[in-house]
Amino acid sequence: MSTTSTGMEGTLSRRDASPPATSAQQPARLASGGLIDRTTTLSFRFDGRMLSAHPGDTLASALIANGVKLVGRSFKYHRPRGILSAGPEEANALVELRSGARREPNTRATVVEVFDGLEAASQNRWPSLAFDMMAAGSVFSPFLAAGFYYKTFMWPAAFWEKVYEPLIRRAAGLGRAPEGIDPDHYEKAFAFCDVLVIGSGPAGLMAALSAARSGARVIVCEEDFRLGGRLLAERGSIGNETALEFVRRVEGELRSFPDVRLMTRTTLFGTYDHGTYGALERVNDHVALPPPFEPRQRAWRIVAKRCVLAAGALERPLVFGNNDRPGVMLAGGVRTYINRFGARPGRRAVVFANNDDAANVIADLHAAGIEIAALVDPRSTASPSIVALAEKSGARVIAGGVVTRVLGGHAVRAAEVRAADGRTRRIACDLVAMSGGFSPNVHLATHLGGRPVWNETIAGFVPGQAPRLMSIAGAALGTYDLARCLEAGAKAGAEAADAVGFQTRPAAIPTVEPQGSAVTPLWRVRGHRGKAFIDFQNDVTDKDVELAEREGFRSVEHLKRYTTLGMATDQGKTANVNGLAVMAEITDRSIPQTGTTTFRPPFTPVAIGALAGHARGKEHRPTRLTPSHDWASAQGAVFVETGLWLRAQYFPQGGDRSWFDACNREVNAVRSRVGVCDVSTLGKIDVQGTDAAEFLERIYCNSWRSLAVGKVRYGLMLREDGFVFDDGTAARLGPDHYLMTTTTANAAAVMQHLDFCHQVLWPDLDVGFVSVTEQWAQYAIAGPKSRELLEAIVDPNHDISNAAFPYMACGEVTVLGGLRARLFRISFSGELAYELGVPCRYGDAVIRALMQKGQSLGVAPYGLEALNVMRVEKGHAAGAELNGQTTAQDLGFARMMMMSKDFIGRALSQRPALLEADRQVLVGMKPLDPSARLTAGAHFVPLDAPVNAENDQGHVTSVAFSPSLNLSIGLGLLERGRERLGERLRVVDALRGTDIRVEVCPTCFLDPDGARLRA
Amino acid sequence: MRITCPHCGERDVGEFAYYGDATKHRPDGSSELAAFIEYVYPRDNPAGPHRELWYHVGGCRGWLVVNRDTRSHEIFGVETAHDRRAEGARNAVAANP
Ligand SMILES: [Zn+2]
Repeated sequence: MSTTSTGMEGTLSRRDASPPATSAQQPARLASGGLIDRTTTLSFRFDGRMLSAHPGDTLASALIANGVKLVGRSFKYHRPRGILSAGPEEANALVELRSGARREPNTRATVVEVFDGLEAASQNRWPSLAFDMMAAGSVFSPFLAAGFYYKTFMWPAAFWEKVYEPLIRRAAGLGRAPEGIDPDHYEKAFAFCDVLVIGSGPAGLMAALSAARSGARVIVCEEDFRLGGRLLAERGSIGNETALEFVRRVEGELRSFPDVRLMTRTTLFGTYDHGTYGALERVNDHVALPPPFEPRQRAWRIVAKRCVLAAGALERPLVFGNNDRPGVMLAGGVRTYINRFGARPGRRAVVFANNDDAANVIADLHAAGIEIAALVDPRSTASPSIVALAEKSGARVIAGGVVTRVLGGHAVRAAEVRAADGRTRRIACDLVAMSGGFSPNVHLATHLGGRPVWNETIAGFVPGQAPRLMSIAGAALGTYDLARCLEAGAKAGAEAADAVGFQTRPAAIPTVEPQGSAVTPLWRVRGHRGKAFIDFQNDVTDKDVELAEREGFRSVEHLKRYTTLGMATDQGKTANVNGLAVMAEITDRSIPQTGTTTFRPPFTPVAIGALAGHARGKEHRPTRLTPSHDWASAQGAVFVETGLWLRAQYFPQGGDRSWFDACNREVNAVRSRVGVCDVSTLGKIDVQGTDAAEFLERIYCNSWRSLAVGKVRYGLMLREDGFVFDDGTAARLGPDHYLMTTTTANAAAVMQHLDFCHQVLWPDLDVGFVSVTEQWAQYAIAGPKSRELLEAIVDPNHDISNAAFPYMACGEVTVLGGLRARLFRISFSGELAYELGVPCRYGDAVIRALMQKGQSLGVAPYGLEALNVMRVEKGHAAGAELNGQTTAQDLGFARMMMMSKDFIGRALSQRPALLEADRQVLVGMKPLDPSARLTAGAHFVPLDAPVNAENDQGHVTSVAFSPSLNLSIGLGLLERGRERLGERLRVVDALRGTDIRVEVCPTCFLDPDGARLRA
Repeated sequence: MRITCPHCGERDVGEFAYYGDATKHRPDGSSELAAFIEYVYPRDNPAGPHRELWYHVGGCRGWLVVNRDTRSHEIFGVETAHDRRAEGARNAVAANP
């Protein structure tokens, strides 16, 4: 039975508890000390209030120095929150930085360097931080317990989207997204080294020093803006130097090596396979604007032969009532604010710790002149030396006691302490420095799947087996004693260098006083009052863990999903072990029986912008331009992306009211006169060798040996599973020399396929091939006057008459007075047509010459729209028909397949299912109503049948308005289509709401005998 | 991951395209349909060492046979598909002189 005393022990003046007057300059700055430059004063704003800081401050240390305790509201319950820690693990002090397009939500104030003009704002409060409507009534609190996502607001379903979700989103959430496109630059960089050292605390520094002295290439990544890690907050000495002098000396020596790169402000966020690491360098986060031509952040990919992980450890909070109140801080954080920043987190402290690190906290508080009201140590026999130290510092020692709760709203006013005898008393204080022991930073050791193991002695998880190529030293391995950290680091650094061929010995270690780190776990205070938080950022309390257990979510993974413990941006850095341990306690299992904690990258949040680097917007991927792009652009061409290429879609002219007019005009020009189209983007592959013909025989389904030199043939390529892969033409330029073309889309895939076939399947064939897509500019010259136009630029010694250069001929010619070119008499448009290839550097000159010489013939450039109309008119299959699900038979090419030879896809193309009579095959269609407009994607349905999936007999793949026929025409895949020519069907497009009656017809709508081709 | 291409040396995985099982061999063209189905479709999914085809698309365009542990990503060896094929042919000759 506990009793509550009526009086309060000690006093805390009103002045101390309330925020300082705004006019006071940094009222909570200690008179001296700290790694800050007191000669320079910076101004920054927090929630609009102007405050001052010094270079070397973080936003958190500056807020503390200014006496600001309340810095935010919590995620679900809108509880007032202050600053919990002094490092990357911060779960409470999440703020918005900057404004507008540069606004950054959920930034940890503990890692933000203050700069002159910094704007920061608290989050998740309305209308103001001090008076938050959502917290005022706590109206939502009962609904937001663990599992609320799954249980609450489920009925009626219609309410979810309109009522519940917007309400919850307003109530629970953190910062706001930026209001525009990030104006800053981000870049990617790559680095290689022999030894990568992660962390620059005592172990990291010694590892780097030992490796560097061997001559190895060393990279040190430190997320802070200074090297030193915990040494920056230590007042003790190392050998005959202070900790800080030691850091400076080692840093100086490291800087003297040419092959050592010290990367501060660089968080190593991920461990990947084979010695690959991801790191984020915050190049210009600490200034208002990045200087010109400098990135804001840089994403590094580091490849290291060996790595020493010296990432240190994080302190754990204790779980007691109202342990989230501003003024309840991690003890190590308190030490950092005092020693490193010269900032005073409070005037009267209660230290609540279950481990011997309490000695350091007491010593530092005392040295800073902060009154220590009490040391509350839950261990019944606290260490005598700590008791002596506490008493010497004027602190009351409450051994075997616990803090059951703290009192105070926006700041701690008192701690309610229950002594070993059960008696409860209130102790006035404005600071509770808590320590629940330490958790080694095992994150980077688990990214590749390693499972941490529980170490009873340190009451923490330590890495199990380290990943290959990585060794772990210091606090990251659960070694907390300073001397042993230095020693372990030196040894690991030397061994890493040695492993990659640099002979060396560990650097010598100065003498250091031994330190105690004994710990007796206290996972939560029993009988606490008020909410006791385990995960501060996600507002998960010990009661939520109990609820999860009651409802059967006992495994660590279920616990996490059900309560959201360990989720959010901090990924449970301060919460996971406490949550796991409380679950173990409730279920009466040991911690190892309950589970372990593993982590995935990134260690701390990484902006997507940093990962994207410059590859965003137009630079998301490269843009490929054809040699005559500038010419087309000057003609006013409208371009369309096809893969990486920009191709002219159409060339609008004065009279055109739309793309449709332009397209019709271009088609008419080709059909009646002559047009020129840039076809340089088609893949071109030069194939040579004594087995070149044999190679093509195996690659294409049709015959090649029979093709004469100087002739071109259409080629159809299958995949090994029997479906159509790609099509194009191949020209036989010589007995052992072919030039293949591929579709624009498949150029790279065909190249890969050819490489596969040659290297993996038939390495014995004497054949070589290379992509020449970019080496040749190629133009289709099509229309009844195309020969006349060509004769104007082909040098007169070449006879290109119909007799000398018939349909499907090819050969070398010279144009424009000696320029070597290749001419192919092939046609996609169905007209008399040629393709002319010239070395790409002459592409621009040649198209200008064609246009100029063709003026009298009425030449017109034409784009992809006209090209597509003409190919539909001719019934040529293209991308929509070569869709990966069609066979040669489906497309009407059954007879092309030469079954007497082996070729890729031959065997599987004959599978019974692919030969079935009811397959959907390529047909043409015309609307019965000539004014109707067909749409691609519409489905074939019999005239008298209801529109449903059962009656779906195929779909329309391509449509075009044919100006030649003055009719909308289409191609489609229809069940038993070839048997159904003349049949009438409906094509139904449910998406666009059309239902059109059509007649099935042959695929070729224009000049089916090919008279124009051969003209 | 890092893959050591026999032509180009150790390179980042981003330069390579994954293809799949390297233990399948294309049957002779005159083989039964079943042999081709066996070649194209069924694939083992071993948890452990596996021979895989990778294409050095961002490098020499070489097709490589990579012996990789699918659990740990440890790579035991890399050879070109061309060399491996030649070796297979020699072994076949040795087995059936
Ligand atoms: Zn290579």
